[in-house]
Amino acid sequence: MTKRFAGTLRMFEFLGGTSALAYQSLVEGLRRPIYLSLIIEQIYLIGLKSLPLIVIVSVSTGMVMALQFGVGLEKFGGKLYVPKIVSLSIVRELGPVFASLMMAARVGAGITSEIGSMKVTQQIDAIRALGTSPIKKIVIPRIVACLVSVPIICVIANAVGIAGGLVVGSTDLGLDPHFYLQKVLATISIADYVSGLGKTVFFALFISLPACFYGLRVRGGTQGVGQATTRSVVTASILIMVGDFFLTKAFLVIERWFS
Amino acid sequence: MIMVRRFKKSFDEKIVHRNVSFDVEAGECLGLVGGSGTGKSVILRSLIGLEKPDSGVISIDGERINRYNERQLIPIRKKVAYVFQGGALFDSMNVFDNLAYPLREHSEMTRSEIADRIREQLAEFGLEGSEKLMPAELSGGMQKRVGLARAIITRPKVVLYDEPTAGLDPYNTKKIQEMILRLKSKGVTSIFVTHDMPSAFAVCDRLALLLNGEIRASGTIDDMKSDPNGILQRFINGSFTN
Repeated sequence: MTKRFAGTLRMFEFLGGTSALAYQSLVEGLRRPIYLSLIIEQIYLIGLKSLPLIVIVSVSTGMVMALQFGVGLEKFGGKLYVPKIVSLSIVRELGPVFASLMMAARVGAGITSEIGSMKVTQQIDAIRALGTSPIKKIVIPRIVACLVSVPIICVIANAVGIAGGLVVGSTDLGLDPHFYLQKVLATISIADYVSGLGKTVFFALFISLPACFYGLRVRGGTQGVGQATTRSVVTASILIMVGDFFLTKAFLVIERWFS
Repeated sequence: MIMVRRFKKSFDEKIVHRNVSFDVEAGECLGLVGGSGTGKSVILRSLIGLEKPDSGVISIDGERINRYNERQLIPIRKKVAYVFQGGALFDSMNVFDNLAYPLREHSEMTRSEIADRIREQLAEFGLEGSEKLMPAELSGGMQKRVGLARAIITRPKVVLYDEPTAGLDPYNTKKIQEMILRLKSKGVTSIFVTHDMPSAFAVCDRLALLLNGEIRASGTIDDMKSDPNGILQRFINGSFTN
């Protein structure tokens, strides 16, 4: 009976656990002391150190998209639409989603394995035993760093992705770079940017909360750390992909209200 | 100073403690001995709120802490230090920062005062010059000594030792014993969880033997040693297990 419902139980455990963690983080985050230096350190580790990976992924995405759309649309004489399609796809969807997925893989795994290792070597217990809070010292800096870094990373991913498209557009497709850039600027509106960036705030939570939750629940030594890390990355990726659909719908509704 | 009454604790379906009761007077050192897996560390962890008892009463310095939440436990944890078996040093910090951690958190000391206190503490533990070393660069014995130094750097009233001499060579064992005795001479109350009977005899005033989830015997070292057929003697001789 228990085995049959194990998956459901685990899901409820996860939902309850992450909600409790989010609540605790919010409550403790509003109380003093606030460890600003730890937050800055995490922004450096989570944000700045992820930049090379994000740049590579984004530039490749932009280039591949421009190439595929260029070749595909050329048959119908629609090559001129490449800047429009590529930039819109990147800003509204691919930039935020790909950047967040990469962050989930790099940062989510890093957070879970680090916290998990601290758990199995009793460092989390030591933080508590020394009269301090692991939520304040470990969880909040990582959540805040993700909330700050993921949107900024996404802005950079968008810019680099569009630049990648521009390079392919001008070299392989024979489009004028000036024309390409003009089309991009004429196409993307503030609403597109807000929709894309707004989602990354949620994606930051989808990455950081499961990562901290699974890290703090590690049991059974190094094997447990490995399992928790895998779970954290898989969960974050699923949340980003599934959440993206609902968030896109929500942002479209909001756009309609304002238009 | 420490009072435990009818302490019960189980993990899933495994009952670890059925009914544990004991007291530790101020300035006293109680040795908690027992076989592996009898839950000695669980009792110690519960005394500082790292584990919650299923039922029973835990009182530290007159405060019943068993129902305290993490926030309420902070003042208790400032006066009760816990020495972890493996040291539990923060591996992202060097020795200096590990020792500075509780001082930066709980004292109004200036940077130079903190540095002076750390130097003094390291000298006391024979760890001069190790300030910049990372925990991974320390030997097991040094890690334990740094762990002990960090635990007591805020001058706590109570120290809980979780097998501080386990796996150590005679030199490091002696160093740890000397430190514990020095703290005892300053009136620090302590509980010493161990399998290392020579160390227990060297530092403890009383011993309590934990078997089958209960304290099965307790008394002064002399009392327990003088009874050749007593349960403690049988435990030491290996003729009595849990």
